[in-house]
Amino acid sequence: MASGVKPRVKVPKSAAAGEAITIKTLISHKMESGQRKDDDGNVIPRSIINRFTAEFNGESVIDVKLEPAISTNPYFQFEATVPESGEFKFTWYDDDGSVYDTSKKIKVQ
Amino acid sequence: MKLTRRNLLILSSAGVAATAMGSLPAFASLTDDEIAKLTGGAETGEGAITITAPEIAENGNTVPIEVSAPGAVAITLFADGNPVPNVATFNFGPLAASRSASTRIRLAATQNVIAIAKMEDGSFQKASANVKVTIGGCGG
Repeated sequence: MASGVKPRVKVPKSAAAGEAITIKTLISHKMESGQRKDDDGNVIPRSIINRFTAEFNGESVIDVKLEPAISTNPYFQFEATVPESGEFKFTWYDDDGSVYDTSKKIKVQ
Repeated sequence: MKLTRRNLLILSSAGVAATAMGSLPAFASLTDDEIAKLTGGAETGEGAITITAPEIAENGNTVPIEVSAPGAVAITLFADGNPVPNVATFNFGPLAASRSASTRIRLAATQNVIAIAKMEDGSFQKASANVKVTIGGCGG
């Protein structure tokens, strides 16, 4: 497990039913591309997050496939529709098999 | 030709230019291959997809990119001057309110960022943006 990985997500606390809400996510991860070399000229092995998903009450909002060209601390912004009150679940999949997740509740008025 | 300082300079600059020209088409065709793999060689339309990128990126390590394609099921990003052209693929689920997303990407040098959207009817849309990069983002 890569050290110091911390997911951060911004979701509004409440919304109107069917409203489009903006979600911002960021996870601290070095996203080692596998292209860089260390001081001795050895290639630093690739170590990135290769997939990110966002779900609401088990239904998919977005599913992103990441390549090494995504910057350090991968950031995503996208829009979701919330039909009812529930919970967003965000999941990041690391090359080394680790899975990081976080969830946020939202209330529909 | 006598090996004077002036001649050396001309030679070396010509060499640099030749390598630069030699490497660019190689990268471009790599991108074309990847795009063909995605679309299955189908024609790509234009207009229904927009890509928002800065004209000049001071730091190639983190370049903000936004793509939007109403009616798309998936959008794939490519960078034709990177060692590996693939950047990311966004697959939109039933609860995605808009077919748009933003992220930050790495660009090795000044190049085109290309977005291919797969539409609901199975057709493809393409858009590209040229980004000038002052400091490349591939390290090494």
